[in-house]
Amino acid sequence: MSGFLLVLAIMLPPAWVALMLVAGGRASEHLAHLFVPFGLAISLVIAALVADGGPIIYFLGGWRPPLGVGLRADGLSAAMLVMTAVVMAATAVFAAPAFRTPEGQSEARAPFAFWVLLIALWGALNLVFLAQDLFTLFVALELLTFGAVPLVCLDGSAATLRAALRYLLFALVGSAFYLLGAALLYGAHGTLDILLLAERARAGTGAGITLFAICLMVAGMLAKAALFPFHLWLPPAHAGAPPAASVVLSALVIKAPIFLAMRLWYDIAPVPEAGATLLALLGAGAILFCGTLAFQQERLKLLVAYSTASQIGYLFLMFPLTGAEPFASIAWTGGVLHLVSHAFSKAAMFMAAGLIAEAMGHDRISGLSGVGRLLPMSVFAFGLGGLSLMGLPPSGGFTAKVMLLSAAVAQSAWWIAVVILLGGLLAGGYVLRLVLAAIAPGPMPVPVKAISRRRELIALALALCAIALGFVPLQPSSLLAIGRPGSWEAMP
Amino acid sequence: MSPATLFGLLAAALVGLGLYGLIVRPEPLRRILAFNLVGAGVFIVFGVVARRGAVDGLGADPVPQAVVITGLVVAFCATALAVTLLVRLAAKEEGGEVE
Repeated sequence: MSGFLLVLAIMLPPAWVALMLVAGGRASEHLAHLFVPFGLAISLVIAALVADGGPIIYFLGGWRPPLGVGLRADGLSAAMLVMTAVVMAATAVFAAPAFRTPEGQSEARAPFAFWVLLIALWGALNLVFLAQDLFTLFVALELLTFGAVPLVCLDGSAATLRAALRYLLFALVGSAFYLLGAALLYGAHGTLDILLLAERARAGTGAGITLFAICLMVAGMLAKAALFPFHLWLPPAHAGAPPAASVVLSALVIKAPIFLAMRLWYDIAPVPEAGATLLALLGAGAILFCGTLAFQQERLKLLVAYSTASQIGYLFLMFPLTGAEPFASIAWTGGVLHLVSHAFSKAAMFMAAGLIAEAMGHDRISGLSGVGRLLPMSVFAFGLGGLSLMGLPPSGGFTAKVMLLSAAVAQSAWWIAVVILLGGLLAGGYVLRLVLAAIAPGPMPVPVKAISRRRELIALALALCAIALGFVPLQPSSLLAIGRPGSWEAMP
Repeated sequence: MSPATLFGLLAAALVGLGLYGLIVRPEPLRRILAFNLVGAGVFIVFGVVARRGAVDGLGADPVPQAVVITGLVVAFCATALAVTLLVRLAAKEEGGEVE
């Protein structure tokens, strides 16, 4: 019975999208808002059931792998589903005034596209988190790309089209690498099911091919996740995207390939230390290089975008730190907690930055002095989100970074510890640039547009979610260990 | 040289050519074409892998073939999306919108 929920989580959004396409215009906008409570409820119920009774498994048509395809929700996917649902629901409320079909028109291009793509992305994300075979995951990744690319160029200007094209090409090359790896894995092991692949990889045949294939696939995921040095597509994509699109892109869409890289790495076959160190080096490069670039940005939106490229790096620091028992390690919990708290804090910061830009008519940081008096709640949300990025207590970012830091120190990986601390300093630098400008003395800035309190509250609520995650106990999480290492046998 | 090796080499050559084009050529249309070369190479790898099924007396293993069919559809859609973006971009740039 509970398996049916998994089907609902991946089938309801596409069915809804089909309905929205038929309904069109204003009706599709209402339908999107109507979907939010259902989507939220499905994810929350799945998470509650997983936390309570262990992994949920569903075999399509009753056929078990290797003949059939299975869906599975474990602790990690449950956490991802809830994160996605909360950010999506908040985005839908936040975006409502910006993407309202104009009065007197039955349909407008940008609002219609936005609402359809939003629900489509929700479905694609759920599929990434629940699918268990490399082929379904390939389809999910492509759905994600096709949903995210048009969001980048909703505005339709030449600059956004160029950014969308660049994003699309990066994502496609990532998919090609992924698919090549999948072909090699199938050739070596005769299955695409992740759990069966893990079993057969443990049996020890074709170890070289398995390793090569996983490296190819992870490399593809790095391009999609915008990890340094593949971050080149991310800032321009954010520069012209509407704030609501940036929220979804930065908080959720780039997390899907990272989630997948984690699954390939930890669930199929662990890659030797050299590979883990290389990933951590790239992560360190991202933290330091993109963090410095964030500090130098003129525009607030680009500052937040470069900050995303920088914070992604932390997620790759966990790979060499997880040790022999990854799922019981503190680095595993720290990495996943960073992923989730970054989603909340970055969503809040993009919303706040969007509101500030909307009220002021521009987002040049030098011209934002005194904006704290105009939009105190937005600046507060930005600051709270920033608190988590800097890793100051109490916040999810603090707890996550303390976990990664203590894992690094315990394993004498001093350079990782230094990078974590330097990254915090850089984040402090770029977050304070806005905060200091916002509280600077001077005349109250004149807004070009009034901002509704409700949208500011949404940003603040998400920032508070990131803060609330700081109260997660400082120990390996039992939720994230549910159903790991995975098996199709663990059926209740 | 067995046919499988030959096809494998062909696939490697296509992927290599495509990657070269993607990295070296800045023009978007060439990059889209280069991506399609990489894709073709990957599909050929799947084709070679499908021959494994022949061992069990089957003509070929249907799973990789199903993947290739879906992959072709996805690559086609991706190319269509990329070309649409490119055409829009070209129209904007001709219309004199300079960023």
